[in-house]
Amino acid sequence: MANDSTFNRLATAPATSVTLWIEGQAVKARAGDSVAAAVLSAGLGPSRTTPVSGSPRGAYCMMGVCFECLMEINGRANTQACMTPVEEGMQVLFQQGARQPGEALV
Amino acid sequence: MMTAANSSSSADVTVIGGGLVGLAVAVGLQDRGLQVAIVDEGDIALRASRGNFGLVWVQGKGDTCPPYARLSRMSAQRWGAFAAQLRAATGIDVQLEQRGGLYICLTEAELEHRRLLLEAMRTALGGDYPFDILDQAALRAKVPEIGATVAGATWGPEDGHVNPLLLLRAMAQRFADAGGQLLTCGPVTLIEPGNGRFVSYAGTQRIESERVVLAAGLGNRQLAPQLGLFAPVVPNRGQVLIAERVRHFLDYPTGHVRQTAEGTIQCGDSKEDVGLDCGTTTEVLATIARRAVTMFPLLKEVRLIRAWGALRVMTPDGYPIYEQSTEHPGAFVVSCHSGVTLAAAHAGPIADWIATGAADPNLSLETFHGQRFNL
Repeated sequence: MANDSTFNRLATAPATSVTLWIEGQAVKARAGDSVAAAVLSAGLGPSRTTPVSGSPRGAYCMMGVCFECLMEINGRANTQACMTPVEEGMQVLFQQGARQPGEALV
Repeated sequence: MMTAANSSSSADVTVIGGGLVGLAVAVGLQDRGLQVAIVDEGDIALRASRGNFGLVWVQGKGDTCPPYARLSRMSAQRWGAFAAQLRAATGIDVQLEQRGGLYICLTEAELEHRRLLLEAMRTALGGDYPFDILDQAALRAKVPEIGATVAGATWGPEDGHVNPLLLLRAMAQRFADAGGQLLTCGPVTLIEPGNGRFVSYAGTQRIESERVVLAAGLGNRQLAPQLGLFAPVVPNRGQVLIAERVRHFLDYPTGHVRQTAEGTIQCGDSKEDVGLDCGTTTEVLATIARRAVTMFPLLKEVRLIRAWGALRVMTPDGYPIYEQSTEHPGAFVVSCHSGVTLAAAHAGPIADWIATGAADPNLSLETFHGQRFNL
């Protein structure tokens, strides 16, 4: 699945590798990447379905504007994945529809 | 400021103002076979129709004015048919839900005050005024997510809510589809009565008609005296706080918090006299948020998305103005701050009154004359 990604990293200076968990799957990313970048470069997604129509969505603007990249990150639903840097051991889940209000936070 | 009009049109009726009030009256007049032109200020207008809370509300409205209580209730009872008519004509579902509404009281004192108010209204209305008082347990049975510290609520079985933006859009589309002229040309600066006709000027537009209806919200204050009418309306700001869409949990609108059909949380009900300032303040928004979280603790971690201020169109006593000019018959003023609740009445009996010049006596429109503020 990871090989399906159309996002390829350009050759840049080496960076520390970080492992996070996306939908239960261990994914390697580079320190400084956003969660949205990690998801896209691993070829994963769609990362949510919309609350209104249920249609599938993935990260789009990558700069905090469009809110298409909402994911549950470390237990916190509706987090903008493009604005969240990856961290070692981070737990990322995709969302189906609207979040549950009042759900327990980690 | 007057420039020569270089665009001229005519209609049976000119409605000044294309917000919820003007549009509702206009579609009602179209249903009665009249050609209607709406003159609208455009996007610069201080438009309460874009900022309001979307309640179709009965309980507590008109506590010192039984004709207003009856008008609100009559409109609420007509709302189902009105929404169905809009949907049939335009395909737009305005998301009317009318399964009852809650006015949540945080303290026992608040609940007792509210009980006395509604009981007095029931007496004033001859016993015909449905409501219930819910204690914490009864409220919890309706809304399991209610906060443990909330004293209770009053329940109005005829209360409900709609999406006010879809309502605005549906009425505008319905108006255009029925051949209405919507002229967006800046504020109307002058209305000249003469020979039983009215000529309204806005920008370079000149519109001539047999009747004219002032539905210009806060603009009615300046326009009314040109037609021998009096509409001393002033702005009253309400701030609204929007939180992200969450899974449906709230089956009924409340006076302070509602959940839209898409899941959005809308909180509000502040009242401030700050002139023509439709901004927001952290202090008021914090109070709104605190109250919402006290009512529904599950909202504590829900993210806020945006906030706005909007200006209510208020009269000194809070009740509407409906009046035909005696000096210039054919000129009408319609001013109210409940353009959503009253939309069905405006498209129905109020449009009848404007079309025929004769009001249904049950409406007690004499109660709502603007001259009451001129005594």
